Amino acid sequence: MADLQLKSHRFRNEREASWRRLDSLMTKVERQSVDSLTDEQLLEIPVLYRSAMSSLSVARSISLDQGAATYLENLCLRAYLFVYGVRSTPLERLARFFREDWPRAVQSIWRETLLAALLFAIGAVAAFVLTSQDPDWFYSVMPGGMSQGRDPATSTEALRATLYHDEGTSGLTGFAAFLFTHNAQVAIFAFALGFAFGLPTALLMIYNGLGLGALMALFVSRGLGLELAGWLMIHGVTEIFAITLAGGAGFRIGRAILAPGDRPRVEAAAEAGRTAALAMAGVVVMLMCAGLLEGFGRQLITLDAARFAIAGATAVIWGLYFYLPRRRTP
Amino acid sequence: MSLADGARRTDERALITPEGVDLRVRVAGPGERLAALMIDAALIIGIMIVGLLLCLGAGWVMGFRNAEFLFVLVVVGGFLLRNGWFIAFELTPYAATPGKRATGLRVAARNGGRLTAGAILARNGMRELELFLPLTMVFGGGGEGVDGWMYLFGVVWAGVFALFPLFNRDHLRVGDLVAGTWVVHAPKVTLLRDMVDDQPVLHEDFAFTLAQLDAYGVKELHVLEDVLRKADRKVMAAVAERIRAKVGWTAAAYETDRPFLQAYYTAVRGRLETRMLLGRRKRDKFDRD
Repeated sequence: MADLQLKSHRFRNEREASWRRLDSLMTKVERQSVDSLTDEQLLEIPVLYRSAMSSLSVARSISLDQGAATYLENLCLRAYLFVYGVRSTPLERLARFFREDWPRAVQSIWRETLLAALLFAIGAVAAFVLTSQDPDWFYSVMPGGMSQGRDPATSTEALRATLYHDEGTSGLTGFAAFLFTHNAQVAIFAFALGFAFGLPTALLMIYNGLGLGALMALFVSRGLGLELAGWLMIHGVTEIFAITLAGGAGFRIGRAILAPGDRPRVEAAAEAGRTAALAMAGVVVMLMCAGLLEGFGRQLITLDAARFAIAGATAVIWGLYFYLPRRRTP
Repeated sequence: MSLADGARRTDERALITPEGVDLRVRVAGPGERLAALMIDAALIIGIMIVGLLLCLGAGWVMGFRNAEFLFVLVVVGGFLLRNGWFIAFELTPYAATPGKRATGLRVAARNGGRLTAGAILARNGMRELELFLPLTMVFGGGGEGVDGWMYLFGVVWAGVFALFPLFNRDHLRVGDLVAGTWVVHAPKVTLLRDMVDDQPVLHEDFAFTLAQLDAYGVKELHVLEDVLRKADRKVMAAVAERIRAKVGWTAAAYETDRPFLQAYYTAVRGRLETRMLLGRRKRDKFDRD
């Protein structure tokens, strides 16, 4: 009898089966994964989702049945989170990332990258000039542990040895792994620091430049400049580029917060954050390459020419990969 | 229930889907967020300890010769756990780490649009600043040669990021802000039975007048629905007594409380729903025409 009387009750009886169907599909997706659904089921979800959404709108305007309303709100939210959630399989996403997302993100932060590179260069040049004039500066610029026995007190011969010593192949994989994780952590940090208006990121970039400049000045003063360049650049091209990109990504967020333009600050920050994070994910990949080059390449290849060749090749490859104009795919 | 009577809970926010429907999500509070984080941290640390012990055990068996790949495993595994745990789990369709899943929370895009991989990467990249930096500050101490004031400045500065979620309306952390995401409640709700469904009595026995039906509004109707659902004999008796007194209903000799309440519930709901269709929503009993 009641169902003859109440529209809301009739409405619920008619729609309930499709709600339950959507519910069971959602439960399956949430417990297992998208792969647990057949193609037909996947196609069914958007249809059921829209019908549940319309049910929710109707229920809000005609029904006072609390159970149905609460349930529908929850069901719609769950379906919404799935329908508009992160989609595509991990492999597809990975392919898309390397083909498109990453280079595009790097391209879009080119101004900030330039700024980061400039700061790095300023740090390097400043440290180089200062240390060349007065070797004592070396100690102020390089923290104790970082120079690893390469300081003005070391003899030229010992310095030369540090560039070419062959440790044998043992210990290299561990070394590479350590370098990679350490550098990646620093890069992620530089990115995160961008939030504080990019100021700490700027300091970090200059600081990194200082170390390079001081080391360079020391080796140049002993006539080992070219050799050091080969030793550094074989992995340094990739590593410094990666750190610069991380700095650029940080600046991008800082800029969006400082000068959001005509959009709300929060919105600008969110968009910048997403772009910068994509570039950042790539930076971690680059640092992995750099770690391998540093751990293996540098210890195994001791010929200057070969080192420079690899350095040049990496520079060209990264440059073309990132900045070569590419077609826009929708 | 906020849903029906328009009085919103303080943690409820509008989330307009691309279809134009407001889903009214509930944002997660700092306490729940912290609980989720603690569960994740416990899992990560647990896995790290077990992994480390396994590697040590394997190394011991092999006599620590040529055991370098174990070192690589520990270093890279630690890095992946620290940075990859949150990202990997939030990239799944459920968009939640085990900790969030256990507390019924999920990550969603704040503007109602699609949650992108970039957003997940951004919100977790910021963790470095919000979580690991303050932790190193607090547990690492100042280190050698660091001035006390500098250390204090560092702790305060790091604290700003760590405590950020306490000082904004939606309890966003810096990562959420930068990624355009938030964390919402999305536990599974089961469909409760419609209380109109069990009507054992004939309606002719209960002919209420319009005045009797207009005594209450939506709020009271929902309270009555809960009372019927719980079906506690004492509560039903008390409620039935109150209603009879209020609307001036004289009980027939054979009338019991539950059928009376059910009939009254159905009748009031029909009355309120009809008026709702015509554009008049009576919030509660004080809502006079």
